[in-house]
Amino acid sequence: MPSLAPRSLAPRTPLAALGWALVAVSGAGALALVALSRGEPVSAIWLLVAALCIYAIGYRFYSAFIAARIFALDDRRATPAVRLSDGRDFVPTNRWIVFGHHFAAIAGPGPLVGPTLAAQFGYLPGILWIVVGVVLGGAVQDFVILCASMRRDGKSLGQMAKEEIGPIAGFTGMVAVLGIMIVLIAVLGLVVVNALRSSPWGTVTIGLTIPIAMLMGLYMRWLRPGRVLETSAIGLVLLMASLFAGRWVAEHLSLAQLFTLDGRTLAVLIMVYSFAASVLPVWLLLAPRDYLSAFVKIGVVVALAIGILVALPPLQMPALTRFTDGTGPVFAGKLFPFGFITIACGAISGFHALIASGTTPKLVERETDARLVGYGAMLVESFVAVMALIAACALTPGVYFAINAPAGALGTSAQSAATTIASWGFTVTPAEMIELARQVGETSLLSRTGGAPSLAVGMAHIFSGMLGGGGAMALWYHFAIMFEALFILTTLDAGTRVGRFMLQDIGRHLWPRFGSTSSGPIVVLSSALFVAMWGWFLWQGVVDPLGGINSLWPLFGISNQLLAAVALCVATTVIVKMGKARYAWTTLLPLAWLAIVTMTAGWHKLFSPLPKLGFLAHARALQAASAAGTLPPGIHSSGELARLIANDYLDAAVAAFFLVSVLVVIADSAREWRAVLGGKPARSTETPFDSRVVAGD
Amino acid sequence: MRPRRFRRIADLLARAGWVIRRVLGAPDYAAYVEHVHRVHPDRTPLTADAFARDALARRYDRPGSRCC
Repeated sequence: MPSLAPRSLAPRTPLAALGWALVAVSGAGALALVALSRGEPVSAIWLLVAALCIYAIGYRFYSAFIAARIFALDDRRATPAVRLSDGRDFVPTNRWIVFGHHFAAIAGPGPLVGPTLAAQFGYLPGILWIVVGVVLGGAVQDFVILCASMRRDGKSLGQMAKEEIGPIAGFTGMVAVLGIMIVLIAVLGLVVVNALRSSPWGTVTIGLTIPIAMLMGLYMRWLRPGRVLETSAIGLVLLMASLFAGRWVAEHLSLAQLFTLDGRTLAVLIMVYSFAASVLPVWLLLAPRDYLSAFVKIGVVVALAIGILVALPPLQMPALTRFTDGTGPVFAGKLFPFGFITIACGAISGFHALIASGTTPKLVERETDARLVGYGAMLVESFVAVMALIAACALTPGVYFAINAPAGALGTSAQSAATTIASWGFTVTPAEMIELARQVGETSLLSRTGGAPSLAVGMAHIFSGMLGGGGAMALWYHFAIMFEALFILTTLDAGTRVGRFMLQDIGRHLWPRFGSTSSGPIVVLSSALFVAMWGWFLWQGVVDPLGGINSLWPLFGISNQLLAAVALCVATTVIVKMGKARYAWTTLLPLAWLAIVTMTAGWHKLFSPLPKLGFLAHARALQAASAAGTLPPGIHSSGELARLIANDYLDAAVAAFFLVSVLVVIADSAREWRAVLGGKPARSTETPFDSRVVAGD
Repeated sequence: MRPRRFRRIADLLARAGWVIRRVLGAPDYAAYVEHVHRVHPDRTPLTADAFARDALARRYDRPGSRCC
């Protein structure tokens, strides 16, 4: 039955009101307990209760408010899926299926890695930002962009930026997205490199996923076309087999040596792989990997949820650590602003705006479904981030820092690591680290930065505690590494292809032939160019004695939050042009916060006098060393030193470019808002409500 | 009694499989054929094989988006 978004937002019966009051009180109580507890480890249950209660309230009241007051979602108004139904792209789809599809598309490694790194501040800042940020920011962004696109025949964020704000904002946004893709792929590549470095087991397991995907591709193309489930089942069985094959190789003396690769070799292999994936036909590698990875993604989320709910591990990490002052080893910078850019996905992620204006709006069957899909799916993604935070904080802080602090801080032996960590006020014995590495089947877990190994140890810890320890721990660890690396690689290969298209789309303005997607040489050239762009950053991250994650993750966080700022500019413009300027605070609030956070963070990364934090200060410190004729620790030649200096300047330029891009988009949007509010006729491109086309049955 | 129960289980599995396929974003050939017959009765729908290939090409041959 067609329905309107409810006009009255208050609970309908006194009993319902009482129920919601109870939810509110439980959430507040759990949050207070988490915030005020000192000393005794807090149980993970309180984080979960606090998060779930706040999500429930945000969904029930805030998303209903946006649905009713801003968009006045109306099921009598036919959605693009219904109006433009073509059985291919525009397909009216059940809302729970769209919800699942949208969630699988937005969920990636981001919400797993960010909270793991931000755990260096303690669990409290992370949980507060994830939960508050999603309810007032991330979920609002996804929901509003989905509604805006749905009212515009499923237009993309870029098109909307151009048509709603103006050509300047549109073009700036397009170039900025390309820059963000480059940094994203480089940093995710680095996460994989650090997870597989000197790990024959992990390398073999992940390496085998490539022939497995190709086998699936051939099977689906020639033997059983279109049999997605059957093929995926075969793929999943082979994936499990590859886990054991990895262990067999790791235990085999000479084979283990052959597959013990250093960071540089792995980086080159990843570049070659991504290039091949972007050039080869999609049915051979990309498509089967995508299916496999979607299963794995949902599997890892469900497994993590079950593990945490059953084990309810106590949080060993304190609520706040001393590193809120900016001296943290995992990444440099104070809690404000760096906590808020390190956790991007999970609280608010600009990338979601691309998905919410991509496939999803073409599937939504009824307008009111957008609330579950847009707002609801983001809440689930946020919950994934909470679970990653719990997994990181369930480790003892000593172990957490031993895994996540770079070699530049810890030194290279278990002894030096233990001494350094003791000086930070946490304890871990060399024997403990050696034993843990042995248990998970690795030679060493020291300085395995990037968050993936730490999360895998956390998961292995939770699962083996639940299902029996011993040899199972190593299997669980590599199971988790395989899961993470698989869906990171899916982002890398598909991202390279997407980036190649974007590069061609921009490049054709300079050289029309460059835009041709059917010319073989152009495809090879543009793919190679795009791989070289992110490959440069990946390579620098790998050779960086500080571990690379240190400088690259903040850059990624800034860029992702800036994309969110662009999306919120589009969202605000859409709202203003609908004549709903009095409700524009819903998107202006997160926009203002993100603008403050990212501008401050960007400023610090550029101009901080601390070499650990500021790119320019770091370059100057290296130049001083170079002038004095000395080599800083971890740097082997003067050529390497010169490259590091050049890279600092490049990082600085990229950060400056992101900041300027967003200022341009914000300024261009503000101009448009002023014009519309000042009486300029709003040229909103919303598809008019045609009452002759009736949706639903 | 028995065969009917089996059929019910088989139906349930088929339904679950359909849901999973849709969540994964796999194309729905039956819905496409139904659409063509209903809206364009004069046209012949693509074969299942051609449809699967076309769907794949459409999914990746335009800059969609990829998430972190």
